[in-house]
Amino acid sequence: MHNIMSDNIVEIDNLSFGFKGRLLHKGINMVFPRGKVVAIMGGSGSGKTTLLRLIGGQLKPNIGEVRVDGEVVHKQSIDGLYQLRRKMGMLFQFGALFTDLSVFENVAFPIREHTNLPESMVRDFVMLKLNAVGLRGAQSLMPTELSGGMARRVALARAVALDPQIIMYDEPFAGLDPISMGVVCNLIRSLNDALGATTIVVTHDVHETFSFVDYVYFVSGGVVVAEGTPDELRKSDMPFVHQFVHGEADGPVPFHYPAPDYKKEMLRGHDA
Amino acid sequence: MLKGLPKALAGLGNRTIEGIWRIGAGARLFFYIWFYLLESFKRPRLIVREIYATGVLSLLIIVVSAFFVGMVLGLQGYNTLQKYGSSEAIGVLVALSLVRELGPVVTALLFAGRAGTAITAEIGLMKATEQLSAMEMMAVSPVARVIAPRFWAGFISMPILAALFSMVGVLGGYFVAVPIIGVDAGAFWSQMQASVDFRDDIVNGIIKSLVFGVVCTLIALFEGYDAPPTAEGVSRATTRTVVNSSLAVLGLDFILTAFMIGA
Ligand SMILES: Nc1ncnc2c1ncn2[C@@H]1O[C@H](COP(=O)(O)OP(=O)(O)OP(=O)(O)O)[C@@H](O)[C@H]1O
Ligand SMILES: [Mg+2]
Repeated sequence: MHNIMSDNIVEIDNLSFGFKGRLLHKGINMVFPRGKVVAIMGGSGSGKTTLLRLIGGQLKPNIGEVRVDGEVVHKQSIDGLYQLRRKMGMLFQFGALFTDLSVFENVAFPIREHTNLPESMVRDFVMLKLNAVGLRGAQSLMPTELSGGMARRVALARAVALDPQIIMYDEPFAGLDPISMGVVCNLIRSLNDALGATTIVVTHDVHETFSFVDYVYFVSGGVVVAEGTPDELRKSDMPFVHQFVHGEADGPVPFHYPAPDYKKEMLRGHDA
Repeated sequence: MLKGLPKALAGLGNRTIEGIWRIGAGARLFFYIWFYLLESFKRPRLIVREIYATGVLSLLIIVVSAFFVGMVLGLQGYNTLQKYGSSEAIGVLVALSLVRELGPVVTALLFAGRAGTAITAEIGLMKATEQLSAMEMMAVSPVARVIAPRFWAGFISMPILAALFSMVGVLGGYFVAVPIIGVDAGAFWSQMQASVDFRDDIVNGIIKSLVFGVVCTLIALFEGYDAPPTAEGVSRATTRTVVNSSLAVLGLDFILTAFMIGA
């Protein structure tokens, strides 16, 4: 049915998903071409993290499907799923470092689990990755001894430890100072190009993101509301894009989680 | 009054379904642990580390409790036996109570409180901080890497701890009976040696502690793995570990004893 040697390594096809009846995604279509860096942007709570989990096969779609390298993710057996995941690296929104392992061992973890390399080579690989995120000197610290931004950079090093073909970053810039932010932008771009990988970046950060990605999807209300290259989007006068680029609370992207009318709710307390 | 009835019935039904679901989910976890048997023993280092965390770190509480339990048995036993003029049988009484019952049961209860809660809290927190999700995304099964090594560590530690409990308990009984009360040391040991049967007493005690090891460790692992990923969820799961392990151990002890005495 689908073309195995497709140019898109990840394809999301008419995907709908919801937790406990409340539909979060209502028919999402996205493609992620090989070798590109693609951003998914959208308001807080719009389901971006959930979308990454669907790509990784940790959640099953209600309708539609996600294909990775031509294979439908939710139809895989456990073994098949683990085979697919070995092609992926993911940076979790909150780092998710293993708290009982040191920084070095955290980055070494996927290497030790999936290869039989001698200790000296494991060491070289880990040092290479830690050096790239500027934390070679922190190798013997425990995760609790790191700041939030440092933990995130270690998690980034761990996500790319095995040089995956698909790299997913959930909010890589949260909690970084402007210098680290620039470094991480460059790192994401250069890792992608050096490995010939495909990168999916979930983020809020319009200006940083537009500076280095190839393509952007805007998600709101469970659907893709706008998409295009950064240049196209900057010129666009679509209200969604305009609101996002200029950081306005009023506009088509809702800032509030669905709720009853604010005024009515405040008044209700006084009537009682 | 009748109006509340349907609600109460529905609540009861819900809780029953929930209970059965949890037993099923626990059994499934048990199955997965066996499924990953080979993979877990390929990494013996992990199991050794967990034996240290569950077994070795429980040693102190086990040894101290055992000594006190043994001393109390010595006192109570002597108090009763001397009325019948058979205070030399104190060694037998202490040894049999420990090997058959108190060794496996009290060890399991202490294990649930010391090691079980630690396991539940650790796994619950790993889940709450997405460490288990991260592992899954790295194509590493948390059951193989986190759950199974802890299970085998508990399985191996429990019988050893129970045997140690019985040994130290006998010493505690000896300490009270011989040096303090003045029972003849030769009678204490020789009667014990003559009356404690290997098959009926010691093997049965080991079987009990193996069963308790499986049950306590599995409950602790399951509660942690199943805990809602919040601080409150983890704290409740930890409480449930102690309550459910204790009930399971005491209930199973009755059933196992009935079989062993009947057989
Ligand atoms: N495990 C869960 N069970 C039930 N609802 C959930 C669960 N995880 C997320 N949600 C809901 O799904 C919605 C989207 O969550 P998600 O984490 O995907 O948002 P996000 O776009 O990543 O937001 P942010 O930018 O704040 O990280 C939220 O409204 C949240 O309430
Ligand atoms: Mg998110």
